Amino acid sequence: MSETLSRRDLFKVAGAAGAAAAAGPAAAQTQPPVAEPADGDRVLFFFTDPEARFVEAAAERLIPKDPRWPGAADAGVLFFIDRQLASAWGAGDRMYLKGPWKPEAAPEQGYQLRFTPAELYRIAIGEIGEHCRQAYGGKEFWDLGEPVMDEVLGKLETGGIALPSLPSAVFFETLLANTIEGFFADPAYGGNRGMAGWRMVGFPGAYAQFVDLVDVHGHEYRREPIGIGNTAAREAHLKAHASHMPAPTGAGRP
Amino acid sequence: MPIRMKEVDVVLVGGGMTAAIVGKHLAEAGKTVVALERGPMRDTVPDFQSPSMHDELKYSIRYALMQNAATQTLSFRNFVGQEALPMRQLGSFLPADGVGGAMVHWNGQTWRFQPEWFRLKSWTEERYGKDHVGDDVTIQDWGVSYEELEPHYDFFEKVCGIGGFAGNLRGETRAGGNPFEGPRQNDYPNPPMKQPLSGKLFADAASGLGYHPFPMPSANQTRAYTNPYGAEMQPCMYCGYCETYGCEHFAKASPQIAILPAAMKNSNFSIRPRSHVIRIEHDKDARIATGVTYVDAQGREVFQPAGMVVLCAFAHHNPILLLQSGIGEPYDPATRKGTVGRNYSYQTMTAVSVFYDGTQRINPYMGAGALGTVIDDWNNGSFDHSGLGFVGGGYIAANQTSGRPINHHPVPDGTPRWGRAWKEAVARHYNSTVTLSLHGSSTPHPGNHLGLDRTYTDAYGQPLGMMTFDFPYNDRLMARHLTGKMREIGQAMGGRSISVSWLADHYSIAPYQTTHNSGGAIMGTDPRTSVVNRYLQSWDLHNLWIMGASAFPQNAGYNPTGTVGSLTYWALQAITGDYLKNPRPLVQA
Repeated sequence: MSETLSRRDLFKVAGAAGAAAAAGPAAAQTQPPVAEPADGDRVLFFFTDPEARFVEAAAERLIPKDPRWPGAADAGVLFFIDRQLASAWGAGDRMYLKGPWKPEAAPEQGYQLRFTPAELYRIAIGEIGEHCRQAYGGKEFWDLGEPVMDEVLGKLETGGIALPSLPSAVFFETLLANTIEGFFADPAYGGNRGMAGWRMVGFPGAYAQFVDLVDVHGHEYRREPIGIGNTAAREAHLKAHASHMPAPTGAGRP
Repeated sequence: MPIRMKEVDVVLVGGGMTAAIVGKHLAEAGKTVVALERGPMRDTVPDFQSPSMHDELKYSIRYALMQNAATQTLSFRNFVGQEALPMRQLGSFLPADGVGGAMVHWNGQTWRFQPEWFRLKSWTEERYGKDHVGDDVTIQDWGVSYEELEPHYDFFEKVCGIGGFAGNLRGETRAGGNPFEGPRQNDYPNPPMKQPLSGKLFADAASGLGYHPFPMPSANQTRAYTNPYGAEMQPCMYCGYCETYGCEHFAKASPQIAILPAAMKNSNFSIRPRSHVIRIEHDKDARIATGVTYVDAQGREVFQPAGMVVLCAFAHHNPILLLQSGIGEPYDPATRKGTVGRNYSYQTMTAVSVFYDGTQRINPYMGAGALGTVIDDWNNGSFDHSGLGFVGGGYIAANQTSGRPINHHPVPDGTPRWGRAWKEAVARHYNSTVTLSLHGSSTPHPGNHLGLDRTYTDAYGQPLGMMTFDFPYNDRLMARHLTGKMREIGQAMGGRSISVSWLADHYSIAPYQTTHNSGGAIMGTDPRTSVVNRYLQSWDLHNLWIMGASAFPQNAGYNPTGTVGSLTYWALQAITGDYLKNPRPLVQA
């Protein structure tokens, strides 16, 4: 991911409206200050600006801001999803993509659409936008207001909106899953900014050991969460294992 | 023309646990052995390192260590007659690729099957009569007994450094262990794991109901340990990253840590990564295997001649490779004849969540793959099935494997799936919920089987394997009965509310359930109903041997790895003690 970010000048576009990426968790008085966003933090690699406005508005309805904790928008979920879709995963690199295609398959047979994740988003967002403009007097999804946005999302979830190219529920489930991922994945992926998702539930992140605490029942764990970008954790790990780290077996490593 | 390699004595298909064991022992028996692994080389250093390994998105959501469905997958249908469609992304189960196989990313839950499981058909008839279950429950005897496997279970537990507390030591029942296990000659080589609060809450409730809780047997080391191969293993740190991860702590028994260092000391054993076997080659009459053909890293077809072929691939790959190679008679669900692909079975999983709603602090992220407290009172041999209309059972456990929040954010029934109420519920219940699971058995059904797909092909142009599977009626009855018992325990655990995840109406390939696929190349005493004999030797080609859970005639209410390990040593004893001296069918058909 960091190599990709170093190319930010080539891809830099305007950040999505309302991203407010610098805003930290609401309970900031108990937390360290959130760093100013680096240049690459608001770069969009995949989404067009209207697509980004849809995704950010929809994700914020799925995980909305509350008085205590940021929502999906402030947690950077848009940027998480954008980078995922620009990655090999978005291109479907580990999916079986051969036909013939049977989009009407039984749900027990899993995902059967022809689209890669990136294609799924592009097509679905375009068709949902068309639906909203037709159904709501030319308005865009993000201008509908919270109750109507929730109504549209609810219909997408239950298949109550017939999109021309795909079952709306398939897109909704993908968006919901990716939004949850973006709220809880390691912040190195662009979401979970300020580790907001981890702080909300009390997940300490990438710590490597609880051997002395696991049987201290009811222990209140208070250490700051850490991410995989934490170089001190890497160094501590290497130091702890230096004495018994054997040479790799090296069996024909290509 | 394919490239032709120099002949070896033994070629192994796969580079996981069974290949590591077979490779080590046959190399030490003086044979030249090469293991062909479809994936890359992987080792603790540098592949499984902290903090990079603690990346839930990469390993648990995007499945970085798993089979690439774009290269090879299965097609799937629930029933004969439905159109099978390809599994386009991994879901229900997670075969690995890469050296070490699925034992890199396993949890380490290591069980012995109860003795009756190996003669389930005879046992059921003796105990409950011939009509207890219908003829659509195609259970079979294995042809090997618990008593024969016991020393091999014992050795495998020592290789893996299993931590536990014996409940049945040479016939003597010991309080605090599993009183329903078969008799064991020795206690576990290591003490049990520390137990978190979730285990205590479960144990207290289960004891109060008259059950017999004990610590789950674990391949997560509980102290510094040197195994019989001289491998030095380190204590588990309870970091909560076992399942779908490699262990950076040298603490979770995996081939890299426990077996391969000893195997690789033999210059006559080698692993050839990025070598995807597409066919077992054999003579004209399919009486003798002559080697295997694989596709190498550059995409070239290579023939590896060998005096002996041992299939060590993941469970369903073994029978599918037999079908792709034209070996044996494919199973036909219409006639119930044929053997290859027969008795594919799985595992029957349900769950109960207990919500303490702030009254208990659980700390679910202080976890380990085999960290848990268990009762075995509802496994197959533990209770009376009279009048219940089913066979089988399973263990019920409070496992604390992880608090990784993308996957772990339990909320009570009735909570909206998104929006503010969902978010508030996640924040409220994350650290105050205990989930119990039923690890239920899977009985075979005439419709459930493995075959070859007629439409879809993999990246090598081979027909995809085709899986036909749904939960059989027998297992639905079992799951309903036992999930009800698990609910009673959940209700006794003192939470504010509970949620029950009953068995789904139909098996789905989409959500992750478990990687305990079994059957398809089953062992037995009759070549008309089994693919391999009691020593895991092919009935058809005596120099073809098939390891792994594909040999299970039915799947027990336990994780399979302990039994896969013991069967491997059982087969090796027959190979090195008898077969190599006089190669022939060890059992006359």
